Amino acid sequence: MKCEELLAMLNEYVDGTVDPAVCVEFEKHMAGCNPCQVVVDNIRQTITLYKDGQPYAMPIQFREHMHEVLRKKWLEKHPAK
Amino acid sequence: MSQSFSIETPDADLMRRAKAGELDAFEALTNRYEQRVYGLAMRMLRQEQDAEDVTQQTFLSVLENLEGFRGEASFSTWVLRIASHAALKIIRKRKGLNTVSLEEATEPSETLDSIPHPEFIADWRQSPEHLVEQNEVRRLLDDALTRLDEKHRLVFLLRDVEGLSIQEAAAAIGVSEGNVKVRLLRARLQLREDLTRVLGDPTRQLVRSHHHHE
Repeated sequence: MKCEELLAMLNEYVDGTVDPAVCVEFEKHMAGCNPCQVVVDNIRQTITLYKDGQPYAMPIQFREHMHEVLRKKWLEKHPAK
Repeated sequence: MSQSFSIETPDADLMRRAKAGELDAFEALTNRYEQRVYGLAMRMLRQEQDAEDVTQQTFLSVLENLEGFRGEASFSTWVLRIASHAALKIIRKRKGLNTVSLEEATEPSETLDSIPHPEFIADWRQSPEHLVEQNEVRRLLDDALTRLDEKHRLVFLLRDVEGLSIQEAAAAIGVSEGNVKVRLLRARLQLREDLTRVLGDPTRQLVRSHHHHE
């Protein structure tokens, strides 16, 4: 496997959906190619950072307002309550 | 309030009951997804007012279109699809374009051949666990996201932050799975590149052998 081929398979490898035979080739390449190994590590860390990052909290006032708007709209659509 | 559902009640049950006219069920669905929709909108748009607009529009649209929901996709995919379209609409508007098109037909097809190679390769100085708690890192993450083309940004957020599968992301955006995969790879590589330039240890920078002759 060449570096380019590894790059093309990166998603599947990182997501654990790569074909087992390809996985062996992938890991064989990484064992002998430090840059590719580090790129894969970096990608995993990048995903982790975004996934575990602090979420944006919805402002409470906006939330209350939105629920009010939605309830009003709901009652317009379902008048026979 | 006597609600006969809990946090474990499946979305599909709540959806069925909302369709049957139960306001409580609709509100439970809204409570369940509003933070995710808002978070997605904030990361796409980086502007509170716009993110609020997207969030409200999304749930109004859910309310209006309850009857039309056939359950082919999961409720979460459906909601994120509506939110994605609303967010992209605002981005297109900002750019002065009126049409909203997520479809690949409007742009040159993206292939694996055009994927840029990693340039700056180095181990990071700190682990993600340490980094994630730092405020300046959040800013760095948001800045890197903003530099992505919105199509790539959206795919990355749906797949890697919202946890949709490739198939679900494709359904949410309305493009092929192949296209989602290419966009995802581009997004991941570009974010890696950006973050590594800041977070990587320059004393441990690696150079690819085929770059030696450059």
